Amino acid sequence: MDPILYTILLCVIVFGISLGAAAYMTWGERKLAAVLQDRVGPSRAGPFGLLQPIADGIKMIFKEEMIPTHSNRWLFVLGPCFFMLTACMTSVVIPWGSGLTINDTFYRMQVTDINIGLLYLLGVVSIGVYGIMIGGWASNNKYSLLGALRASSQMISYEVAMGLSLIALVMTTGTLQLGEIVRQQDGGFANVVYQPLGFLIFLICAFAETNRAPFDLPETESELVGGFHTEYSSMKLGFFLFAEYINMFISSAVMATLYFGGYNFPFQHELGLEGNALAIVQSLVFMLKISGFIFLFMWIRWTLPRFRYDQLMNLGWKILLPLALANIFITGLVMFFSGKLG
Amino acid sequence: MLTNRAKVVVKKELSWSERIYLPAILQGMLITFSHLFKRTPTIKYPEQKREFSPVYRGQHVLKRDESGAERCTACGLCAVSCPAEAITMDAAERKKGEEHLYREEKYARIYEINMLRCIFCGLCEEACPKEAIFLTDRIVPSSFTRGEEIFGKDKLVEPVDAPIDVSARQTNDVLEFKKNKKFYHNLTFNDRQIR
Ligand code: SF4
Ligand code: SF4
Repeated sequence: MDPILYTILLCVIVFGISLGAAAYMTWGERKLAAVLQDRVGPSRAGPFGLLQPIADGIKMIFKEEMIPTHSNRWLFVLGPCFFMLTACMTSVVIPWGSGLTINDTFYRMQVTDINIGLLYLLGVVSIGVYGIMIGGWASNNKYSLLGALRASSQMISYEVAMGLSLIALVMTTGTLQLGEIVRQQDGGFANVVYQPLGFLIFLICAFAETNRAPFDLPETESELVGGFHTEYSSMKLGFFLFAEYINMFISSAVMATLYFGGYNFPFQHELGLEGNALAIVQSLVFMLKISGFIFLFMWIRWTLPRFRYDQLMNLGWKILLPLALANIFITGLVMFFSGKLG
Repeated sequence: MLTNRAKVVVKKELSWSERIYLPAILQGMLITFSHLFKRTPTIKYPEQKREFSPVYRGQHVLKRDESGAERCTACGLCAVSCPAEAITMDAAERKKGEEHLYREEKYARIYEINMLRCIFCGLCEEACPKEAIFLTDRIVPSSFTRGEEIFGKDKLVEPVDAPIDVSARQTNDVLEFKKNKKFYHNLTFNDRQIR
């Protein structure tokens, strides 16, 4: 197959998977929330309420579309589009599997394995906040603006710690290429064994970056009505809510890739599986790992209350940042004394 | 300390493990996780029904007597006693040949209860001198328009062939009690005014 055609096809598949996963995460979230609170949850649309995401989508599309008169129309529409776009963009560097061989042609399962994959990831994640910022500002509403401001300051604060925790990882792996990081974890231990503190910091930052509870300050219902999406209605609101789930899906995938061995699983070569069969099982295991992280995201959301704003800033700057720096330092020392340093 | 329930509040410094929050977070997560395995107490309404008390106050019924004639005589006491002003009626005179339809000479041509106003207090039942109106253990069904929630005689009067059992609300004790004029609420409307 033509490589360009294949890349486009792969993009479509990856987008499809992440959109579909996000749709069913909304169902999963509601179901899990219900079960954790001893309720039943969505159960009317289809068996176990499985058609609920479709019903929600149809509802969103048919809602009245309102653009406030005093808003900046052009930016108001741009906000959710931008947020959705950046949410989808990150999925291209994630290795979803080791690749299939059909008729002697190798089909990779990663859209692009650029050698600065990690940097690309950080870059796209950090422009993700522009969607919220633009949308919140263009709404011309004080609650939206406050939500947007909170979102951007939160993102900036936690991106620092996130980047620093990744630096320690890059030090041990010696590469920024996601495919390579995953291949290194084949056979040996997963990176979380070498970087437990780094993983913890990354996990907390991932919660903050995706605006999930307990860091959902940009959209605190109790104080800011709806935060940055107060003025949004119809599918534009749907985009904001939906992109949050895509973000969650992608960050689960990133965590699984970087720290939990990606599509590798223990004793995979002793199973007697070869080639394509192994690749398919690996992809399924990867999905399982992602689901595990998604479960964690939701579990925490329905357990912890929201942070206060000053606590959020304290945690970001006074705890996570020094910890991440210390982590780099310790990693460096250990590498130096174990002779791994050049 | 009268009740022994007073609690001395100690403001102590948080220990290191308390200050890093993580143990507390794990503890909380375990609590929520344990709820994954708890039974949900939800009753899925249209398929499952909650067990009602026999004296549940739900949708009203206008009773017929033993021969199948409507008992209500449109005296209006129920409407007067209704705190929500949910009942309206229009009286008419019984014609010759209608004795099998209406027990008294006067009957309610129109009898309507606005179920959106009704608070299901049961005072109409208490006020009725003819044992004509009762509340039953049926739930008032929901509807798409407000008009549908105004129940006329077609929905209120019990069918001739399918009498609705109200014996749980009309026990002998209740009947005895209702006769006793010593109790203020057993007086007819006019007597109440005099007192
Ligand atoms: S139950 Fe109470 S509120 Fe309802 S109609 Fe009877 S008296 Fe009125
Ligand atoms: S009090 Fe009884 S008899 Fe009188 S109008 Fe009401 S239902 Fe009919």
